[in-house]
Amino acid sequence: MDDALLRSLTPGVLGILVRRGADFAAAEDAVQDALVEAIRVWPADPPRDPKGWLITVAWRRFLDTTRADAARRRREDLVDSEPAPGPTPTVDDDLQLYFLCAHPSLTPSSAVALTLRAVGGLTTRQIADAYLVPEATMAQRISRAKRTVSTVRFDQPGDVATVLRVLYLVFNEGYTGDVDLAAEAIRLTRQLAAAIDHPEVAGLLALMLLHHARRASRTASDGSLVPLAEQDRGRWDTALIAEGVDILQAALARDRLGEFQAQAAIAALHADAPTAEETDWVQIVEWYDELARLTDSPVVRLNRAVAVGEADGARAGLAALAALDDSLPRHTAVAAYLHERDGDLATAARLYVEAAHQAPNLAERDHLTRQAARLNARRQR
Amino acid sequence: MAKYLLLKHYRGGPAGVNDVPMDRWTPEEISAHMQYMNDFASRLEKTGEFIEGQALAPEGAWVRYDGPGRPPVTDGPFAETKDLIAGWMVIDVDTYERAVELAGELSAAPGAGGKPIHEWLEVRPFLTEPPTIAE
Repeated sequence: MDDALLRSLTPGVLGILVRRGADFAAAEDAVQDALVEAIRVWPADPPRDPKGWLITVAWRRFLDTTRADAARRRREDLVDSEPAPGPTPTVDDDLQLYFLCAHPSLTPSSAVALTLRAVGGLTTRQIADAYLVPEATMAQRISRAKRTVSTVRFDQPGDVATVLRVLYLVFNEGYTGDVDLAAEAIRLTRQLAAAIDHPEVAGLLALMLLHHARRASRTASDGSLVPLAEQDRGRWDTALIAEGVDILQAALARDRLGEFQAQAAIAALHADAPTAEETDWVQIVEWYDELARLTDSPVVRLNRAVAVGEADGARAGLAALAALDDSLPRHTAVAAYLHERDGDLATAARLYVEAAHQAPNLAERDHLTRQAARLNARRQR
Repeated sequence: MAKYLLLKHYRGGPAGVNDVPMDRWTPEEISAHMQYMNDFASRLEKTGEFIEGQALAPEGAWVRYDGPGRPPVTDGPFAETKDLIAGWMVIDVDTYERAVELAGELSAAPGAGGKPIHEWLEVRPFLTEPPTIAE
């Protein structure tokens, strides 16, 4: 049985339960129970209509629970209102579920957890493992999130931008455990792209595909980070790159530029270069200018300084960097790199050490320490 | 979504405001202090922010490798060790500001006279996984 296929049915089934009048929290629990039951029963006895099977089992489970809650009157109303079997709207329900799970009243971590469970169909344990959090804590986070959105009406239109931020977080900040969060983020973004026609959804999907294409080359066999310029481009997944570029081009043609399309455009320019030396840095700087106009994020301006350093020389990059607040994360790392390119190895080595001290993650810290060690060894020769 | 360590020191940090050693408290005051810590942890579990909490014995040994085929060398404890960790709590929160807010609450645990001890807690971020999107 295909686990991803099973889980892809989750939002549709949940949406139908909610449309039939089940409250979101109870419906979500019922769908989880149905998924667990499916994993148990299907291998020996596969249903002809998997989605219909899940709806039936989840609905029955929901009614059982409601009955146990002594809400008899309400349950009878619900049974009476149960719609006749037949085609049910699904695309709309999928979309509403994304909106609900990324509702602005939720904190980012709650929205991520709820999205992975209610839209992604992952179990609480899988989500807990993926974020290195005890299962009991994750269970509380999810039920708290469900309570927070319990008063939100299911048919309220939502904001696509909040959904995209949640999916971006899932893609960008996952640990590598049992569940491949990057692949899961791509699956959920594909599903979203099928439910809504929106250039930024396409932009985010393209961005994810273009970065995912480089995944195998991003880390060496010992787990250390390999910077973009040193990656073995022969190991990039050309099929994913081609798909990402196609999706991006179609989105850009709509002429409604957004930050994810611009980020994807930068990733596409990197993907397009046969060697690091052939990278079109001039165009990349132009895209960073677009991005800065769209988001005004200091991180974007920092990355722009790197690109300027490649396009116009290290001095120009350092000048661009000088205009930025030096307390920005990775500011020192960028300064170290640009000073090395400028030939000032002593300053670069000193800054690499300082940057390693400030690094937010172990892989980056080790990488920066190695850079310092490399320069120090070269200077002693 | 970032993990922080709230580190409690037996010594090494600056003195708290209500800095009476625990053996001078009344037994009820000690119980109230422990209860506060437990309640704090269970409240954080309910908000989905609790990872774990541990306490350490004050006395430990120093251990090091002593060459192939030889048993490790042990030494200490050394009375002059400046920094002595008493225990910790690990939390998983959305922002640094939230980590500081929670550390402030934990530091308000009652001590002598039932008054908050205002002890200094060290807040340290965990190193994370590198982000997927780097440029």
